[in-house]
Amino acid sequence: MKARVHVMLKNGVLDPQGEAVRHALGNLGFDGVSGVRQGKVIELDLEDGTSEDTITDMCEKLLANTVIESYQVELL
Amino acid sequence: MRAAVIVFPGSNCDRDMAVALRAAGADVSMVWHKDSDLPDGVDLIAVPGGFSFGDYLRCGAIAAQSPICKAVVAHAERGGYVLGVCNGFQVLTESGLLPGALMRNAELKFVCKTLDLKVETSSSGFTEGYDAGDVVAFPVAHHDGNYTADPETLRRLEGGDRIAFRYVENPNGSIADIAGILSANRRVLGMMPHPERAVDLGHGGTDGQALFRGLIGQLANA
Repeated sequence: MKARVHVMLKNGVLDPQGEAVRHALGNLGFDGVSGVRQGKVIELDLEDGTSEDTITDMCEKLLANTVIESYQVELL
Repeated sequence: MRAAVIVFPGSNCDRDMAVALRAAGADVSMVWHKDSDLPDGVDLIAVPGGFSFGDYLRCGAIAAQSPICKAVVAHAERGGYVLGVCNGFQVLTESGLLPGALMRNAELKFVCKTLDLKVETSSSGFTEGYDAGDVVAFPVAHHDGNYTADPETLRRLEGGDRIAFRYVENPNGSIADIAGILSANRRVLGMMPHPERAVDLGHGGTDGQALFRGLIGQLANA
């Protein structure tokens, strides 16, 4: 089985990289982009039957820094 | 007084740290990240700067899970002294020994220069060689030094006199100009600037000597 983990900076945490991307889109003439937030996607190849709790544990212990980041687990 | 400097793949300030500690009188061992035990009788652990594990995932995240880090956490929990500089500060926040997190610099640029810092407290083994309010010049060299913490954590740090150093001019967007913080028991210090790069006239400044001499003097007398 596979799982995909989406890690994003929490709402309210300033994302300077997203801001830089937003500016660059404006410079390219894409008007009306009022916000960009940049995160990461981590794909996991897992033994069949791995529980979502185990994946959550992976996120809490390593994949995300929950001080500044939130995460979502997607089972594929 | 015995000190251990932890070495990860990608550490690059480990030898500078060892030189600074030895110059201040410490007996220094280098400890590889795969070791699970510290040398006997270690009083101080230094987690040096660099790019441990290539900054993969997040700065310091992989190093914080290495076998030796369990021993570092256990040492701190026993009341031992730990100094984390630059990437070492990132490792200490990732391992949970210090609160908050270090994010990408607000201007997105790697900052590499010597900056003035204000010593905020002399009440710790690390800063007793200074007076609160002293301004010292330490080099910084980092891309992810933008310290952040939630408002409650910031209140705890401020209220507990746990901010060790603040930038006079903020180079990275760090909340409340924070350059270095102490643990609740004041025996763990994490800081982005490099005191070990300011201990010899050849470095261009010696403001870091008081940190190492004060700390080692105190531990030697303990």
